[in-house]
Amino acid sequence: MNGIPRWVDIALIPLINLALALLVSALVIALIGENPADAMGVMIRGAVGSAYGWGYTLYYATNFIFTGLAVAVAFHARMFNIGGEGQAALGGLGVALVCLAIPWPHWTLALVAASFGAALFGAAWAAVPAWLQATRGSHIVITTIMFNFIASALLVYLLVNVLKVPGSMAPETARFPEGARLPSAYDWGAWMGFGRSAPLNVAFFLALGCCVAVWVLIWKTRLGYEIRAFGQSEPAAKYAGIRPVRTIMIAMLISGGLAGLMAVNAVQGEAERLIIDSVQGAGFVGIAVALMGRSHPLGVLLAAILFGALYQGGAELEFEIPAISREMIVVIQALVILFTGALDNMVRGPVEGMFRRPRKGAA
Amino acid sequence: MMDLSTLIQLLDSTLRLATPLLFACLAGLFSERAGIFDIGLEGKMLAAAFFAAAAAAMTGSVWLGLVAGIASSVALSLLHGAASITFRGNQLISGVAINFLAAGLTVVIGEAWFELGGRTPALEGAARFQEITLPLAGTLSGIPVLGPLYAEVLSGHSILVYVGLLAVPATWFVLFRTRFGLRLRAVGENPGAVDTAGISVVRLRYSAVIICGLLCGLAGAHLATGLSAGFVKDMSAGRGFIALAALIFAKWRPWYALGACLLFGLLDALGNRFQSLDLFGATVPTQFMQALPYILTVVILAGFVGKATPPRAGGTPYVKER
Repeated sequence: MNGIPRWVDIALIPLINLALALLVSALVIALIGENPADAMGVMIRGAVGSAYGWGYTLYYATNFIFTGLAVAVAFHARMFNIGGEGQAALGGLGVALVCLAIPWPHWTLALVAASFGAALFGAAWAAVPAWLQATRGSHIVITTIMFNFIASALLVYLLVNVLKVPGSMAPETARFPEGARLPSAYDWGAWMGFGRSAPLNVAFFLALGCCVAVWVLIWKTRLGYEIRAFGQSEPAAKYAGIRPVRTIMIAMLISGGLAGLMAVNAVQGEAERLIIDSVQGAGFVGIAVALMGRSHPLGVLLAAILFGALYQGGAELEFEIPAISREMIVVIQALVILFTGALDNMVRGPVEGMFRRPRKGAA
Repeated sequence: MMDLSTLIQLLDSTLRLATPLLFACLAGLFSERAGIFDIGLEGKMLAAAFFAAAAAAMTGSVWLGLVAGIASSVALSLLHGAASITFRGNQLISGVAINFLAAGLTVVIGEAWFELGGRTPALEGAARFQEITLPLAGTLSGIPVLGPLYAEVLSGHSILVYVGLLAVPATWFVLFRTRFGLRLRAVGENPGAVDTAGISVVRLRYSAVIICGLLCGLAGAHLATGLSAGFVKDMSAGRGFIALAALIFAKWRPWYALGACLLFGLLDALGNRFQSLDLFGATVPTQFMQALPYILTVVILAGFVGKATPPRAGGTPYVKER
């Protein structure tokens, strides 16, 4: 594109960014008087050193694949959907309503229905900001932030006043019926060493399916072409007969739907009931994942597994080295967003210069 | 309905709760008027709250705490400036990163320094901002209506509340009555024109971003050493975003910002005091009042009630003509 080899753009620069983020994180750990190498070792062992670790790492990764794809699809239309958190929360509501509606005879039926519920509610929550952006020019970043807070208030209200089990103090719904329970990694992967406690479940395969579906959508369909063309240049897309309102709406509805699908994993697969704050920041991690993955489904998948490992490793870290708080993973996440997203040009400039010069010489 | 003393208490806490919003809102005003979007107000406020409380706890002086709070907030501002002005990165992404950085670092450092689960030790005495009684508050309190309003609502706050109120006319004056303000606003509308006139866009935008950090520092310090006695994890609790909402609600104007912050402060105070409100026979749940600032902002943004138009060059890095 800029006369630099493709691998520099999609692999080298993100890796340098990641290395810088980890370097600064190591510095933070050193500054609070702990050994960064030890901490790194604990995190890696805790995240990928055992089947137990993988059971959590891939569970977190499943959440991040959904929210990462959500941000990525919107990015292609040059929309910054920061509302994954709220859309996923509403997705949880959709899942809960579907799962509690009837005593499901088999999990496959429940999975299909709950996925529809999750995607529908997530998309609906993205619809208003999308429509306001498309027709009224209201900045989508601000409106989706506002919708995150509105979603959180709405869910607290519903859980405390409407959906709570009568007589119970806990603000959560009833447990979902047995027929809606998704097979966990223990059910289908005990031979790989997954234990009963592993939260990993079949929603992981749904997430992989979504990666493929998003790849097909963005690069192999007319709609995907329209979304990308719109994202590259709105005037050019308009001139080519692409309708802006329709493109924004469709891209954002797909994005919201993907974010909502996260609830199939977290609410139906793991908690098996709707609790307050079922999303736990995964909507925001999606931003980091999409940035690292350069908005490509394969990149998103790899970045999601990396962040899944980070989350699981961070939990182990607090357990083994109590002086390092679990919030260290939030710091690492922030630095990854900072270096891959905001300070990208800092690395890109010199690296591109390095790779452009020899080609000039050759020509 | 309410009696007078309840009303007075309510207005008193409105002013108290509106102050951090007001500082953060004015901070955003400077930054966004200069063309730098800032969704990192929340993070800067949180970092300032932590370092203000930490320094006050260690030195026993609230003023040193204030300095530390402002310094940390300005440092994050400069990071935002580097990302969005020097490296022409995405200002929104930089803001998101700063929010997370503050949320994480405050707890990681707090845990390492104090080992109190991310809290700082409770502050007392000179390590906190004390309440100030305005002159004649005792004498005038006998006057019906106006007396209690002066003595109990306006008087008896920490100094930062009054600084906040004075910051509103100061902001108005700087932005609309000085050459610096004119240039600052111009750089948010049309940086190319400012550059053509031979004035440095980069320097103006950095100044705006530093002022923004300073004001966020005051907001955070008030939160940790005025409103409460110490820092607790995530204590800004979305106030940076409410301030952002107030900024849009006020359409990027200082006096309207005061109004918006007082309104949102009142909603906060109402939510703290009542579990639910009975208005005209219908029960309004407290969650609705918590969500109301955000709902109002979306309505304003949608342009159905008076269109809010942001500064034209907001969010776009300036690239000098070559």
